[in-house]
Amino acid sequence: MKNFFKTIFVILILIVFNNQKTFAEGSVKLLKQDWSFKGFFGKFDRASLQRGYQVYTEVCASCHSMKYLSYRNLSEKGGPEFSEEQAKAIASQFEVIDGPNSDGEMFNRPAKLSDKFVSPYANVEEAQASNGGAYPPDMSVLVKARKGGADYIYSVLLGYSDPPAGFELDDGVYYNKYMYGNKIKMAQPLSDGIVEYSDGTEATEEQLAKDVVTFLSWSAEPHLEARHKSGFRAISYLIIITIFVYFSMKKIWSRVETNI
Amino acid sequence: MSDHNYVPSSKLGKWFNDRLPLLTLSAHLREYPTPKNLNYWWTFGGILTFCLITQIVTGIILAMHYVAHADLAFESVEHIMRNVNYGWLIRYVHANGASMFFLAVYIHIFRSLYYGSYKSPREVIWIIGMIIYFLMMMTAFMGYVLPWGQMSFWGATVITNLFSAVPFFGEAITNWLWGGYAVDNPTLTRFFSLHYLLPFLILGLVILHIWALHVPGNNNPIGIDIKKPSKDTVPFHPYIVIKDLFALLIFLILFAFFVFYSPNILGHADNYIEANPMVTPAHIVPEWYLLPFYAILRSVPDKLLGVIAMFLAIFVLVILPWLDTSKVRSAIFRPLYKQFYWFLVADVLILGYVGAMPAEGIYLLVARVATAYYFIHFLVILPVLGFKEKTLDIPLSLTEPVLGGSTNPSLAKNKSELNF
Repeated sequence: MKNFFKTIFVILILIVFNNQKTFAEGSVKLLKQDWSFKGFFGKFDRASLQRGYQVYTEVCASCHSMKYLSYRNLSEKGGPEFSEEQAKAIASQFEVIDGPNSDGEMFNRPAKLSDKFVSPYANVEEAQASNGGAYPPDMSVLVKARKGGADYIYSVLLGYSDPPAGFELDDGVYYNKYMYGNKIKMAQPLSDGIVEYSDGTEATEEQLAKDVVTFLSWSAEPHLEARHKSGFRAISYLIIITIFVYFSMKKIWSRVETNI
Repeated sequence: MSDHNYVPSSKLGKWFNDRLPLLTLSAHLREYPTPKNLNYWWTFGGILTFCLITQIVTGIILAMHYVAHADLAFESVEHIMRNVNYGWLIRYVHANGASMFFLAVYIHIFRSLYYGSYKSPREVIWIIGMIIYFLMMMTAFMGYVLPWGQMSFWGATVITNLFSAVPFFGEAITNWLWGGYAVDNPTLTRFFSLHYLLPFLILGLVILHIWALHVPGNNNPIGIDIKKPSKDTVPFHPYIVIKDLFALLIFLILFAFFVFYSPNILGHADNYIEANPMVTPAHIVPEWYLLPFYAILRSVPDKLLGVIAMFLAIFVLVILPWLDTSKVRSAIFRPLYKQFYWFLVADVLILGYVGAMPAEGIYLLVARVATAYYFIHFLVILPVLGFKEKTLDIPLSLTEPVLGGSTNPSLAKNKSELNF
């Protein structure tokens, strides 16, 4: 009888967890990628991050801000790891408003490593006005802010198609298989060859999507590599000390007549 | 605690101990006679103390970098995650630590339910524990509001709106809670203040909880009163200390797995979107540890009655020592209670599950049945069971479970069970 209830209990737990998983993924199955940053030893693909930055800056950045990142992050460990000179050169292409100077006036200057990524719009209202009322979300933490994470963004980027017969779309609204409600106000952003990679990688739509999603995954979790590394150390250490403590415990309790 | 005539060996120790008997207290904690048959379900008290300390320490560090302002809170959390040295570690430990804290507290509570630890003479320990649990829920709820993401904002809106169900004063109460006419900056700053305060109240109550425990001593899997100290007990140090440490380390491996390899799996993606009063998320769900109560709240069609049912669900736990009429503590000797116990566990899991689902169709029906059963368990089954149930024979001591007068042969066969 006892085993019976234990079994029921275990089955119940399994059902609960499985259902929550399917619930989280929604009804449409997302496109899956074998991301290099998943798993216990997951690391970002450095070249892919650098290409992804290029896609972001040439395609996405015209509408999407990335306000929590600084240019210095581009040369930091665990990221795209551009050299400091490269990062400085990247920063200097952008202009920021600084000041006030000693005359009390604001002035423009080229961005430095310590500056935050320059946003395409001055404020949310301007962004909405330029995009038919839709606000292009900030991309700094976008991967963490969507169910399905990297796979979801990847799927949406590749999920554009003609709407099924009878599906009504207003002007400036596009059909997307993976978007909530299948409607998206962003026109298909990626197409073959829209970006020219300098490292010779063929810029197919899938490659572009993969690179930019890798970049966005890093921007959402810039310390992911450090986290995986410390995690491996912490858990190894815990397992070793647990084994030691286990034998100490056995030894101490051997003085008492009982099972432990 | 008065049965100590501890004398410090050093002169200085004696001088100090005569003035403040901290050394006597420490000696008491070391010698504290503990039943030797405690199983691993009893290690969660120590684990919970660890969780509380971890939350307080990481929380204090986070508060050094966090900015409690509606316009800056979200950004300051990202600042912690990106620019503060090991800020990501501190924040992930704190966020997942809350979940681990609740996981441990649920195991601790259900252990108490199984072995009847809430029964006389331990009612006060139990009630203090329930107050701690209630404060934990408040603290966790307010903590979840602080990052000022979408789920923070809308969770706070839904929960504070519950008080508007109070007749006559409802609106006044919610406005008073918010510090305005909607959840906004004043709400955030007061939640931060209280979120910092409550853990220290919890800490004080934990000390009382342990103090109250040390008066009658631990219950044990057999649930019998044992002579202390005797052949049935071991001193707390080193026996229980090393065992608690071992269990804590196993727990920490799980904890570390969450922190380092899936730090966001227990959270909600929407909370990485900055709060926006103009956009309501598709599903507003609380954190997993509050889901059973959320399900009870939503299963009642009337708002006020729903709120009452939710608070009643906690209140029946507080008066549990008087609802359970059985004199026998441990479920090992209560064949019927044991079955109802597992039904209750399943019932609470089902409530948690439907709490995460939209309140409609089959989910709503299941939630209503499960809510009804929850109250039937405590208000009908437990009081009746105490009179109707035929319990098994109980051994007189731990060392001699069979020779001690029991004539039940199945006990001899299941001797291992008594010690597990």
